[in-house]
Amino acid sequence: MAWRNVWRNRRRTLVILTAVVIGVWSMICVGALSRGIADQMVQNGIATLTGHLQIHRRGFRSDPVVENSMTDPAAVLARLPGLLPPGSRWSVRVRVNAVAANARHSGGVTLVGVDPAREAQVSFIGGGVTTGAFLPPDVPWAIVVGRALAEQFDTRPGRKLVLMSQDTEREIASRAFRIIGVFDAEMAATEKQFVFVNLAQARVMLKLGGGASEVAIVLPDPQLVDTVAHRLRTALASERCEVHTWQELLPLVTAILKMYDVFIFLWFLVVFVAMSFGIVNTTLMAVFERIREFGLLRALGMKPSGIVASVLTESLMLLALGSGLGNALGLASVLALSERGIDLSAMAAGLEFAGMGRVIIPRVVTLDLALANGVVLVLGAVVSVYPALKAARFTPVEALSHT
Amino acid sequence: MDLVVCTDIVKRYRQGRLQVTALNGVSLAIERGAFIALAGPSGSGKTTLLNIIGGLDSADEGSVRVEGRELAHLTPAQLAEMRLRKVGFVFQAYNLIPVLSALENVEFVMLLQGVPAAERRDRARAILAEVGLGEMCDRRPAELSGGQQQRVAVARAIVAAPTIVLADEPTANLDSKAGKGLLSLMEEMNARKNVTFVFSTHDRMVMDFARRLVLLHDGRVAEDRVK
Repeated sequence: MAWRNVWRNRRRTLVILTAVVIGVWSMICVGALSRGIADQMVQNGIATLTGHLQIHRRGFRSDPVVENSMTDPAAVLARLPGLLPPGSRWSVRVRVNAVAANARHSGGVTLVGVDPAREAQVSFIGGGVTTGAFLPPDVPWAIVVGRALAEQFDTRPGRKLVLMSQDTEREIASRAFRIIGVFDAEMAATEKQFVFVNLAQARVMLKLGGGASEVAIVLPDPQLVDTVAHRLRTALASERCEVHTWQELLPLVTAILKMYDVFIFLWFLVVFVAMSFGIVNTTLMAVFERIREFGLLRALGMKPSGIVASVLTESLMLLALGSGLGNALGLASVLALSERGIDLSAMAAGLEFAGMGRVIIPRVVTLDLALANGVVLVLGAVVSVYPALKAARFTPVEALSHT
Repeated sequence: MDLVVCTDIVKRYRQGRLQVTALNGVSLAIERGAFIALAGPSGSGKTTLLNIIGGLDSADEGSVRVEGRELAHLTPAQLAEMRLRKVGFVFQAYNLIPVLSALENVEFVMLLQGVPAAERRDRARAILAEVGLGEMCDRRPAELSGGQQQRVAVARAIVAAPTIVLADEPTANLDSKAGKGLLSLMEEMNARKNVTFVFSTHDRMVMDFARRLVLLHDGRVAEDRVK
């Protein structure tokens, strides 16, 4: 009976159904887009040398100078295969602030000394070198720079770039490197910031011996971050090391992710509030049109609770149908958009400021789906209580004599 | 024991700033199996009395006992239960639920009573056949004539074996032929099943069919005679 009552006024039902469908569709799409943006930020952050975890010498993060580097990372590296889950990858790095200069330009950079083979499996640089080569072993004092930096310095592969920094003896360390390759990254800021040299040569330049600034780890499953961090902290306590998760290393991204959770929920609420006026209005109209019928039902012996249940059931059927269709439309839209992603190159400058890449791949999260449907169905039922109680409050005589 | 006993019923309504006394000390006893017409001009209180007997409304003063139970002592839920189990209603109009078929309308009361589906369906089909609508079970009210709708309402009113059927101007919207057919049907149900029928009417034809006539005037019983 409730289902048939839903379709008594087809036009009105289709109008409110359309509102619910569009509302749910927008919830799913905006949620998926937000998750896609958040994913992008996290992936960018992790790929831009952060990794899922990093190991440093205790106190390094408070004062990241070269003399606070790990002096014997080999001891830590030897233990990693037994502590990390299968499929994990790691890379040892020297990372210091430096000044890069050539005849035309000079500026601050981050000098990163890496083992090319290991680093290629851990960070963006593995697939990022688009011109030249990534630190071939037979080329001494080679350097790979970002395209934006190369343009800024008006230089190219084959030319020299001088790097200056402070070594472990607190003396100025300076060395000329030959540009052997150019990399492209998601963000121009990354291309301008990082320059890559061979780990061994960085150690020589900075008089580090066998030391290293950090060990970066990428896990096969990002969900394992906290578990592995705890395991490493326990196991490496005697090695005078600190272990940091990407959330600790990228506090801005972490804060933005939390903000997205709140934003998505608020968006759902706003959409629902807008929808709820239509739901209440439609249900009230349906109730007032059928007052005599409710009087008849009461006369036949239906209790007021039965009237309430009847009206609520009609409302829930409408909401469930709208939700279902909205879900189908939303999921289809996200599927279509996620094939190639959404290209936001036109807003590249603004996106870079937020740490986002140019192509966003929307992603539906089960929790968002459950929340969107929960908001519509549960709150929809709540706002339908008023019209339902209104229907039940008429006495049989009042209802039967209604014109 | 009489089925219904009304003693000095008073009922007042407020219409705007005016207070109207619809019933002004009505006393009436209705025996089991009766076929009674409550007659009188508009405003005489017949519908009000019918509503009070059926538990749809309550008296301001006086006593109404149905099968010995004082209605004033019943809660709204108990009154609803009484209407469900003991009382059948036939109204002048808006008798049927528009989205249900004739069969489903007749089944509806049994559904509320908790009768199993198969039994509901069988009893509904049987009673519709009795009232001459066996071939129209699947039709919606909009697809039935006024007379056919009233027959479905009668079928629904008696299918659950009520103690009493209260019919408020059941022939008001029918032509004389349909009205006569309806009254004959109810008379037959009264005779065969011993269901008590109480009509509120100002239709001469209904008054002629009734075996007992109670005339109301200005909220009082002006005449009460068995024919």
